[in-house]
Amino acid sequence: MAELTKELSQVNGEKPAVPGKDVRVHPNPEPSGKRPLDVPTGTPTVIVDDLHIVYRVYGAASDNEKGNAVNALTRLLRRQGRPQMKEVHAVKGVTFVAYHGDAIGIVGRNGSGKSTLLRAIAGLLPPHKGAVYTDGQPSLLGVNAALMRELTGERNIVLGCYAMGMTPAEVREKYQEIVDFSGIDEFVQLPMSTYSSGMGARLRFAISSAKTHDVLLIDEALATGDREFRKKSEERIRQIRESAGTVFLVAHDLKVIEETCNRVIWLHKGKIKMDGDPKEVISAYNKG
Amino acid sequence: MSQPESAVADAQAGGRSGQEPLAKLAKRYGLRRAIARPRFPVYLRQLWERRHFILTYATSRNVSKYSSSALGQLWQVLTPLLNAAIYFVMFGVILGGSKDIINYPAFLLTGMFVFTYTQRTITAGAKSISGNLSMIRALHFPRASLPLAYTIQELQQLAISMGVLLALVVATQEWPTWYWLMIPVVLLLQTMFNIGAGLVIARLGATMRDLNQLLPFITRTWLYASGVFFSIQDKVVKSAELPQWVANVMYLNPAASYIEWMREILIKTYRPEFGHHPPTMVWVSCVFWAVFALGFGFWYFWRAEERYGRG
Repeated sequence: MAELTKELSQVNGEKPAVPGKDVRVHPNPEPSGKRPLDVPTGTPTVIVDDLHIVYRVYGAASDNEKGNAVNALTRLLRRQGRPQMKEVHAVKGVTFVAYHGDAIGIVGRNGSGKSTLLRAIAGLLPPHKGAVYTDGQPSLLGVNAALMRELTGERNIVLGCYAMGMTPAEVREKYQEIVDFSGIDEFVQLPMSTYSSGMGARLRFAISSAKTHDVLLIDEALATGDREFRKKSEERIRQIRESAGTVFLVAHDLKVIEETCNRVIWLHKGKIKMDGDPKEVISAYNKG
Repeated sequence: MSQPESAVADAQAGGRSGQEPLAKLAKRYGLRRAIARPRFPVYLRQLWERRHFILTYATSRNVSKYSSSALGQLWQVLTPLLNAAIYFVMFGVILGGSKDIINYPAFLLTGMFVFTYTQRTITAGAKSISGNLSMIRALHFPRASLPLAYTIQELQQLAISMGVLLALVVATQEWPTWYWLMIPVVLLLQTMFNIGAGLVIARLGATMRDLNQLLPFITRTWLYASGVFFSIQDKVVKSAELPQWVANVMYLNPAASYIEWMREILIKTYRPEFGHHPPTMVWVSCVFWAVFALGFGFWYFWRAEERYGRG
C-alpha cells in the first residue's frame, strides 16, 4: 500500500522525502505509507503511539436518576459510585508520527476527539493507555484561560506572557510587537470586556503566538478575526513551520486547513479515519 | 482523486508491523514522554522561575476582583473595617465580652484578623486547582503556582488589613512598643503555614469535589476552637475545670498559636505574667507549624503534579 500513496503523491507533483543535512537520519527513512512526502527532513518531532484518552465528566446524569437527595442517599448507602460521573473514551488508539516542518490539520465532527488529542500531545491530559513522545515542550496556543476580562489589554499582555513562561526582559521586548500585530492600537488601555469579539481574538492570538514554539498546537484560533488578520495569522504559522517547527491546527474552516497544512488527519469518533494529503482527505471528508 | 479508504486502513494497521516499535523510534531521536513529573528539586526551581507569573497573577486577581464595584480598591480597606465593626457589636456590646479580659476589643480584633488570614487562604486554596481547570488544560506551568498565587493574593490583602488592625488597636490605647517589630516575624511564620496548608487543601480540592461545601463548617469549627472570642485558658481551665493539658493542646493548634503570639505583642494587659513574649510552647508551635506545613505542603502537592488536569 505504501507504493500506492507514493505514486499518488508523485502524480500530485510532490517531492519525495529528502533527508535533511544536519539531522540524525537513519539509512531507512520513515515508513511513508501513511503520510505525504513533501517533508523537508526525516526527524520526528511528535510520536503518538496507540493513544487512549479517557475523560471523567461530572454532572451528566440521565433523566431517571436525576439528583434528588433521597436518590443520592440510597446510592451512598448501596455504595454505588456517583452516577453523574461518566467516563468518556474520547481518543481510542491513535497512532501517527509528525516530522519537522509538518503543518498537520486535524478535521472531524464535533466531539470526535480533536481538542482532546491536542491537549494530550501538549502533555496536559494524562494518557489512559499508550504514550505521546515529543521533542521539547509542545504548547497549546491557548493563553485565553489565563487572561482576565476585567483587566486592560495592557495588563493582559503582561499576564499572558508570564503565563507562557517568559522572563520580564522578554515581556518588555515582545510587548510592542504584540500590540502592533493585534492591531488594537489605543484599545490596549481599555479592559478586554469592552473589546469586540474579533478584537479579543486578535489580541489572544497575538499574545499566544508571540512566544517561539518548537511544536505549536492551535485549536480554532483562526476562526475569528477579519480577512486581513487571517492573512497575518496564516503568515505567522508559515513562519513557525519554516523555523523547523511542527504545527497542529484544529479548525472547522476547511479552507484554512487546505491553505496552511501539508497533511491532514481525519478523526472520527476518536479514531483516525484518514491521514494524508490535504486535498484528498478533505474531499473524502466532505463526501462524508 | 480520493484514496480508497481500505488502503488507508491497511496503511495504518499494517504500516507499523515489521517496523521498529514507536517507543524505540522515540528513544532513538531523543523524544521524551509528554507527561512526566520533574524531580522535586527541579520542580522547586521551575516554580522559582515562574515567580513573575505568580506575582502578576495574584495582583491581577486582586485588581479584577473589585473592578466592577463603584468603590473599587477601597473595598480592600472597607471589608476588614466592616468585619471589625460587626464582631465588635456582636461580641463586645451585645454578648458583653468577657469580664476577665481587660482590653476585649483589641483581644477580639487581633484574633479575628489573624484567623481570617488563614481561613481565607485555605478557602481560596481549595478552589485554586478545581476553579482553574481550563488554564491547567491549556498552559504549562508548575501547578503549585496557582495555590501560591492565591496565598500571595491574600497576603496582599493582609497588608491592608494589618494597617486597619494596628490603627484600631492604637485606638483602644495600646501604644506601639518595640515589640511591634516582631509582627512581621509572626506574619512570616503564619504565611509559611498558610502556603503549606493552601497547597495541601488545593490537592484535596482537586479531587474531592464536596470539599468546597464542607469547608465552611470545618473553618467555623476551627474558629471556635482557636479562642478568637474567648481566652482558652479562662474558659477551659477556670470555667470548665478541665485539666491544664487540654488548654495546652488547644494552644498547639496553628491558628491559636499565631493568634496568641500576636496578642502578646499587641496587648500590654494580655497575660501579663509572660510580658510581651509568648510562652515557649506557643512560639515553638508557631515555628514548628510553619516549617512542617511548608515542607509537607510542597511535597504533598508535587506528588500529584501530573494528575491535576484530569478533573
